[in-house]
Amino acid sequence: VRSRLEEFGIAAPTSLEEALALLGEPPPGRSATPLAGATDLYVLLNAGQLEPTTFVSLLGVPELAPAMRWAGDRLSFGALTTYTETRRDPHVRERLPLLAAASRELGALQIQNRGTWAGNVANASPAADGVPVLLAYDAVLDLASRRGVRQVPLDAYFTGYRKSVRAPDEIIVCLSVRAPGAGARHFFRKVGTRRLQAISKVVAAGVLEFDPSGAVARARLSFGSVAPVTVRARRVEALITGQRLAPGLVEAACRAVHDDVSPIDDLRSTRAYRAALVERLTRAFLVPEPA
Amino acid sequence: MKLVLTVNGRPVSLEVHGATRLLDLLREQLFLTGTKEGCGEGECGACTVLLDGRPVMSCLVPALQAEGGRVTTIEGVAESRAGSALQEGMARHGGAQCGICTPGMIVAALAYAEDPASAESMGEALAGNLCRCTGYTKIFEAVAEVLGRRP
Repeated sequence: VRSRLEEFGIAAPTSLEEALALLGEPPPGRSATPLAGATDLYVLLNAGQLEPTTFVSLLGVPELAPAMRWAGDRLSFGALTTYTETRRDPHVRERLPLLAAASRELGALQIQNRGTWAGNVANASPAADGVPVLLAYDAVLDLASRRGVRQVPLDAYFTGYRKSVRAPDEIIVCLSVRAPGAGARHFFRKVGTRRLQAISKVVAAGVLEFDPSGAVARARLSFGSVAPVTVRARRVEALITGQRLAPGLVEAACRAVHDDVSPIDDLRSTRAYRAALVERLTRAFLVPEPA
Repeated sequence: MKLVLTVNGRPVSLEVHGATRLLDLLREQLFLTGTKEGCGEGECGACTVLLDGRPVMSCLVPALQAEGGRVTTIEGVAESRAGSALQEGMARHGGAQCGICTPGMIVAALAYAEDPASAESMGEALAGNLCRCTGYTKIFEAVAEVLGRRP
C-alpha cells in the first residue's frame, strides 16, 4: 500500500441514521467517504492517490441491502446490490438484460462479487461501464442525507469530470430503472483491449422501443469514455424518435452522433479511433447484424 | 480494532487497523504468504481468496469488511477434495511456471468448481486471473481435467 494507513479512518455504521451522521460530521480536519465494495476506492488507496479520509463502510447498513422491488415497469434495488446479484437474478436477465450483460463484462468475478451499481455511479468515472446501461434504462437515484431524501434522475447527476450533484454528506440509498416493453431492442457493447473485463476505450448502451407501425417509439443511447461524463446521445435519440429506421435515417444518425460526444486522446485510446467506434456502434445499435 | 474472522476453518482474533487490506492481514499478520500481491489494483487476481465462499481480490478488501467472515486462502484449499485435485492437476500439467498467479488461479478455479453457475465458461471464471508467463494452455488443461470438462 502506498498510502499511510494511520492517516485514514474507517467506521462501520449499522444503520442509515448512523452512516449519515458520520458523513455529516466527519472528524475535524478530515473528510468522510462512503465505501461499499471498495473496488474503486481501494485501487486509489493502494496507489497512494487518495487524500486522507475516514471511510464510512456501508456494508452493515440494512437500509441499503440489495433487495429488489418491482413496481409496474420499474425495478428499484438497494445501493449495496452487486453485479453478481443483478447478473444472477432471473427477472433482471429477462426484463433488464443490459444490467446482466454489463455485470458480466465490466470486471472479473472477483470484482462482480464486491462492486456495486451505486458505487459505479458514485465514483463518477467517465469510463464507468455500468452508467451507460443505467442511463439507457432511465435510472433515478435516491440520495439521502440528514436533510432528507431526494430523487435525482441519473441523466441530471453528473456535472463534470468526476463531479456530480451529490453533496459530500449524501449517499445513494437506492436506484430504480425502467424496464422497456416487450419487443424492445437492448444493446450493450464494451470495446477494450480484451473482449471482457478490460477498461473501456468506448462503451455503449442503448434501448429502442417500437410502436405497432414499426417506428421508433422511444430511443435511448449512451456512451462512456467519450466525454468528461457518461453522455446520452440526445441528438441521435431525437432524430430517430417517431421515425422508421430507413437506411438514410441510420446514416444521418451516424453523422449526428459526432455532435453528441467529445472524445479525446488518452493512454487507452485516441480521439480518432473513439470517434470511429462511436459511429460504428451507433450503426450496430440501429441495424443489428442478422443472428 | 479487534477483528474476529475465520481463516481456513480456524477462528482468528487479532488487533488490526480496520482499513488494512485483507491481503496484508493474511500475509503479514497471519504469515499466510501463499496469497500473492501482483498488481495491487484488482486487475491480476494473484491475491484471490474466498470470502464467504466467493472469490474476491484481497488487495481490495478492507479488513473491517471481513469481520465475522469466512476466508479461504491457498493454504486452505487442500482441505476440500476439489481443491486438492486442482493442486495436483496443476503440478501434473505443468500449470505453474513462475508461480505467482498459481495460488489465485487455484482459488478462482475452486470457486468455479464449487459454484459452476457463477460463470458461463471456465475461461470466464478464470478471466480475472492473469498469468504473466502466459502459461494459460497448461493451466486450462489442468483445471478442465479436474472439472471434467473441455478447456
